[in-house]
Amino acid sequence: MIATRQELQSLREACMRAAKAESRKILVCAGTGCVSGGSLDIYAALKQKMEAKGIPCEVELAMDPHEDVVGLKKSGCHGFCEMGPLVRIEPQGWLYTKVSLADVDEIVERTMAKGEIVERLAYRQNGKIYEKQEEIPFYQKQTRKVLEHCGHIDADSIYEYISIGGYEAFEKALFDMSSDEIITQISDSGLRGRGGGGFPTGRKWTQVARQKATPKYVVCNGDEGDPGAFMDRSIMEGDPHRMIEGMMIAGVAVGAEDGYIYVRAEYPMAVARLSNAIAQAKKLGLLGENILGSGFNFNIHINQGAGAFVCGEGSALTASIEGKRGMPRVKPPRTVEHGLFDKPTVLNNVETFANVPTIIKAGAEEYRKIGTETSPGTKAFALTGNIVNTGLIEVPMGTTLREVIFDIGGGMRGGADFKAVQIGGPSGGCLTSAELDLPLDFDSLKKVGAMIGSGGLVVMDSHTCMVEVARFFMNFTQNESCGKCVPCREGTRRMLEILERIVAGKGREGDIDLLLELADTITNTALCGLGKTAAGPVVSTIKYFRDEYEAHIREKRCPAGACAKLRRIHIDPALCKGCSKCSRICPVGAISGTLKQPFVIDPEKCIKCGACIGTCPFHAIKED
Amino acid sequence: MNTQELYQKTDAILARCGTEERSMIAVLQAVQEEYAYLPREVFPYLSQKMGLSEAHIYGVATFYENFSLEPKGKYVIKVCDGTACHVRKSIPILEKLRSELGLAEGRKTTDDQMFTVETVSCLGACGLAPALTVNGKVHPSMTPDKAVELIETLRREEA
Ligand SMILES: Cc1cc2nc3c(=O)[nH]c(=O)nc-3n(C[C@H](O)[C@H](O)[C@H](O)COP(=O)(O)O)c2cc1C
Ligand code: FES
Repeated sequence: MIATRQELQSLREACMRAAKAESRKILVCAGTGCVSGGSLDIYAALKQKMEAKGIPCEVELAMDPHEDVVGLKKSGCHGFCEMGPLVRIEPQGWLYTKVSLADVDEIVERTMAKGEIVERLAYRQNGKIYEKQEEIPFYQKQTRKVLEHCGHIDADSIYEYISIGGYEAFEKALFDMSSDEIITQISDSGLRGRGGGGFPTGRKWTQVARQKATPKYVVCNGDEGDPGAFMDRSIMEGDPHRMIEGMMIAGVAVGAEDGYIYVRAEYPMAVARLSNAIAQAKKLGLLGENILGSGFNFNIHINQGAGAFVCGEGSALTASIEGKRGMPRVKPPRTVEHGLFDKPTVLNNVETFANVPTIIKAGAEEYRKIGTETSPGTKAFALTGNIVNTGLIEVPMGTTLREVIFDIGGGMRGGADFKAVQIGGPSGGCLTSAELDLPLDFDSLKKVGAMIGSGGLVVMDSHTCMVEVARFFMNFTQNESCGKCVPCREGTRRMLEILERIVAGKGREGDIDLLLELADTITNTALCGLGKTAAGPVVSTIKYFRDEYEAHIREKRCPAGACAKLRRIHIDPALCKGCSKCSRICPVGAISGTLKQPFVIDPEKCIKCGACIGTCPFHAIKED
Repeated sequence: MNTQELYQKTDAILARCGTEERSMIAVLQAVQEEYAYLPREVFPYLSQKMGLSEAHIYGVATFYENFSLEPKGKYVIKVCDGTACHVRKSIPILEKLRSELGLAEGRKTTDDQMFTVETVSCLGACGLAPALTVNGKVHPSMTPDKAVELIETLRREEA
């Protein structure tokens, strides 16, 4: 328990000394991705092997430093999940990829005992071997600020967080700055909400600080509902204290004593790490009553979601914390005035809070050096889809899509052509090759009718049908519509029906106009952001890929060859040798013929499952 | 349903989570944790203890996707159909699982109460798409064939 500022400072020095002594470290990634690849077993095996070899290893930061110890840690997500399980070796900064249990002996014998690299575990790209993590192209082109410690520290240790300067910003805010000064720094930094809207954070805090009603609340939105995004998950799992510190600073700034973190139910590991982090901070006296003798009280509670996308919307989220159905309400009044339990509330996203300590520590001016004039700082994106390097990345605001997809993402998977990227999830829109050089920041994207949203970037290649993508998102939104307002409840259903019939080859002349008309109505009349943005993917795919819609409707043809109901499969008689393999695999008996003669497919019976295509040894079965 | 036991367990949950309205979701989650679904007998009991109408509690329980009013199988398989998994072909995996287990859109649990197959809209494991979970454990980079293998392994373990 630390009761004063001096005690925190001496604890920090002790932690720094301990971290310095423990310069040799093995960090095993314990993020969701690597754990599913078996990283916890690897961790246990490393521990056993090292102990058997007599290499002293320490799983927790040892406060009585001795130089020959090796730290064996579980870290948070590195964002390079596809190459996992990942193991990082320090001080060299080596990254071992796709590590398996079978590699453990060699890692201990060679790397730990002799300091040699196990070259076959290093990352390779185009024949080149990259030993150091920071040199890998995926990382080299990134600017990791918010994610800087994810993967590099033990996410379950408050001491490690303190050893890298953690809670210094909170200390500064608590003792050296007035509420006004904190808010001024946040305002001057130009920080904008990372949860989707890009609302200036400083302005939000100012409004809450001004309210007379008490108590006030700080709420962190960790609902991360956009399917295809996992930035917030990685922060909560990999560096939970950073976000908590951000919330505490918000508490000091607006005069709140309670904070709530709303985490979606699908993130059990994030809940576990956050609970642990909160318990540690409480035990140390950084949360609780009269923190560090300052008179400031602050507690943090965790609420788990229960599977409703709409709960990411501010007023629905607070309703859900109150134990109600998570339905949005009409605004105004806004959350800053009448938020949680009807009291003034600061509601920010996970990544937004994670930016706060940096701003307070380094100052607004320093923070603005990265990013663009109107969108300062960095942004984390989840890069997924048909791309070589999927994962979590962080780049300065204003980086172009081309740099993200081709330099960091390594280009298209399987050599296919780039077609489009969906940004902003079900509320966003798509961008095509014409926008590859567009800077990714709030305002540039708004101009072309897209939005940063939460930061999900789903890359699609030429085999992806854009009408089907629009149908997919509309299906999602329609499912998640809470049903409170008519435009969203009924409108999304009608739009979904139209899209379903188009991809089934039953589209009618005039459907495109009908979609656009419905989109216009819903956008202008829906109650909350879910409905207002629901038509985004449809409108933007029509804008860029109208010809694909027309081909589906008029020619009953899917140009990308993706829509199963529109596939036409036939056997090329010139290539068919009549081996009968295809007729045997066909689940509906649609293929017939005489041995050694070309076979034929009965289009009436064919369900277009495509099973025959893969089995033909002569590549005689084709679809168009 | 052994209601006596249900009431006892619910009392313990209420003692831990509190009986105010704000504890509603946590309470329902804890009951579901025990039983893997919300037994109907819990609603009148909660109504009495929490001072809220049954209809109100039922309203909350049915609003959220994760609450189930029906018992689930021993193995709950959630196939991710989030964007990243969808573009990397998650639907064939779902279809394969359903056909393997004789399930369909409206029929989620096998008759022997062994398997439940559902979809989920993102597990946050998009880097490993397509993904699915079995009782919460993430299985990365799935294919229809791997999914069938998984079922077979689980069946073997049961036998
Ligand atoms: C339907 C809907 C879903 C949303 N989901 C999220 C979410 O999952 N996470 C999030 O941070 N913000 C989400 N938002 C935005 C929030 O309403 C809110 O703007 C944000 O949390 C404010 O924090 P920020 O200013 O730090 O971005 C959603 C909004 C809508 C309309
Ligand atoms: S889309 Fe499947 S894990 Fe995110």
